[in-house]
Amino acid sequence: MSVAAEGAGRPQARPAARSRRLRRNPVMRFVRRLPFYLLLALIAVWALFPFYWALKSAFTPDIDLFKTPVEYFPSHATLTQFRQVLGSSFFLRALLNSTIVAGSVTLLGLVIGALAAFALGRFGFRGRSATLYLMLSMTIFPQIAILGALYTMFNTSLHAWFFTVHPLYDTLGSLVVSYMIFTLPLTVWVLTSFIRALPKDLEEAAYIDGATPLQAFRRVLLPLVAPGLVTVGLLAFIAAWNEFLFALSFIETPSKYTVNLAIVAFPPPSGSTFQTPWGQIMAATIVVTVPLIVLTLLLQRRILAGLTAGAVKG
Amino acid sequence: MLAPSLLVVALVAFYPLGRTVYQSFTNQQFLALEPTKWVGLDNYFGAAGLIHDTMFRDAIVVTVKFTVITVFFEFVLGLIIALVVNSNFRGRGVMRAVMLVPWAIPTVISAQMWNWMYNDIYGVLNDGLMRMHLIGRGVAWTAVHPLASVCVVDIWKTTPFVALLLLAGLQVIPSELYEAAAVDGASKWQQFWTITLPLLRPAILVALIFRTLDALRVFDVFYVLLGQRPPQSMAIYNQYTIVQAGQVGYGAAISVAIFLIISVFVVIYVTLLRVEKQ
Repeated sequence: MSVAAEGAGRPQARPAARSRRLRRNPVMRFVRRLPFYLLLALIAVWALFPFYWALKSAFTPDIDLFKTPVEYFPSHATLTQFRQVLGSSFFLRALLNSTIVAGSVTLLGLVIGALAAFALGRFGFRGRSATLYLMLSMTIFPQIAILGALYTMFNTSLHAWFFTVHPLYDTLGSLVVSYMIFTLPLTVWVLTSFIRALPKDLEEAAYIDGATPLQAFRRVLLPLVAPGLVTVGLLAFIAAWNEFLFALSFIETPSKYTVNLAIVAFPPPSGSTFQTPWGQIMAATIVVTVPLIVLTLLLQRRILAGLTAGAVKG
Repeated sequence: MLAPSLLVVALVAFYPLGRTVYQSFTNQQFLALEPTKWVGLDNYFGAAGLIHDTMFRDAIVVTVKFTVITVFFEFVLGLIIALVVNSNFRGRGVMRAVMLVPWAIPTVISAQMWNWMYNDIYGVLNDGLMRMHLIGRGVAWTAVHPLASVCVVDIWKTTPFVALLLLAGLQVIPSELYEAAAVDGASKWQQFWTITLPLLRPAILVALIFRTLDALRVFDVFYVLLGQRPPQSMAIYNQYTIVQAGQVGYGAAISVAIFLIISVFVVIYVTLLRVEKQ
């Protein structure tokens, strides 16, 4: 009970006499707060332990990793696992693939999304809110619902007049196309609300000076929206980087694996045991997660706003 | 200016969705020798249709169980964490950062981290429990308790998201309310039930909606921990039918069914939110 109560109230709300007495007696205060501190410790351990374990395993040589009882600190800390992971063309290739896919999706989403957001945020026209809701409905769109259709689409080649589009299956292009499903609504929604929050006067001034809408967008609005573009770009990048279902379904060749596919299907080192190379997998995990953790901590508020876009406004 | 966006949406979302619905009325198979035929509602109500498919029924049950368990624990733990990091103490900023760490890790990767911790021989979970004499020998967690293993990973990974949403809700509750209640002699417990919880309702609703819709679509955790073996979630079964088994037509029918199931939840929630606003 003290758990919920501690959080629900504010310390200032305590009657003055009692808090004075407590302040005078630091020992009592500590004892009273002890369950609270224990709870804090419990939450911290729960949140951090799996990450610590991956870190510890990444620094442990295989010989210590695959033995019992388990070591809780690496007694012979080593960089071998990292060296092997960062020296393996399989993993580096996957890093490159993920960067290419997430980067292209982000750029495309930003360019197309910013144009739409400008129209939606600045002009009143028929079907405006319908378009916004269309975009919103796509954020709760179950990707699995179109898996089969995309799968067959990507497996057919397209003949149009004199040129042929080769099947996208097992190419990074299939991922760039399919990831637009979740990155585009995200960029459109977040940027629209961002643009709406900016004062109109500046563009109006530009219009008076004879600028076309496109010029007003490029010269006036775009520089103002730049911080929004950076945030939403990072959000789109992270979303594309984390995707798994489409990557698993549309990619077959190991040289085209994304990071997530690589971490799930990490090949055992050649010439060694058949065992799953957990040390290397954990090292790969650390390489991928550390930048993401830093980004998330920096962007937490924006990410939340992006994820729940529309839910609060209704 | 809107045209490119609408074109993309039409091309990557609505055309495939329509195509899925169409495919669900055919017997299309990937790389089949015979031409695809129109089979009407056979995929849904035929002798080998969805309504007689015990694997799909199992998948629905598993997914619903998973959803109820994870959303419940994520809500309770998320609320506790939100209340804790909303109170005043030294190091609050650090604590808020710490609580977010699981959320920053991609699902596939966090599932793989836990997979290693669950390892039957070298896993830290078995080692820790054996040291505490809670179990006699190593347990192959993902084989013996598959659903629980999956749920724990999801709860670990997603509780911070719920906590963050609830924290945002807590921060807009004016502190004067608590001061007034304290003056009137209300205990912390009473304050929680009469002030915090009612005023937190909108945030709670939003958190529950997002979690439920996400949980119903679950794929990554199940795939990494269990592969294609049961218990399967709806999405796992569907992906298997289409990609591994090549049953495009039948798989499309499953997709449509999943889409409808999720839509029902969306409609319920949208209604709830609208009622909440008035």
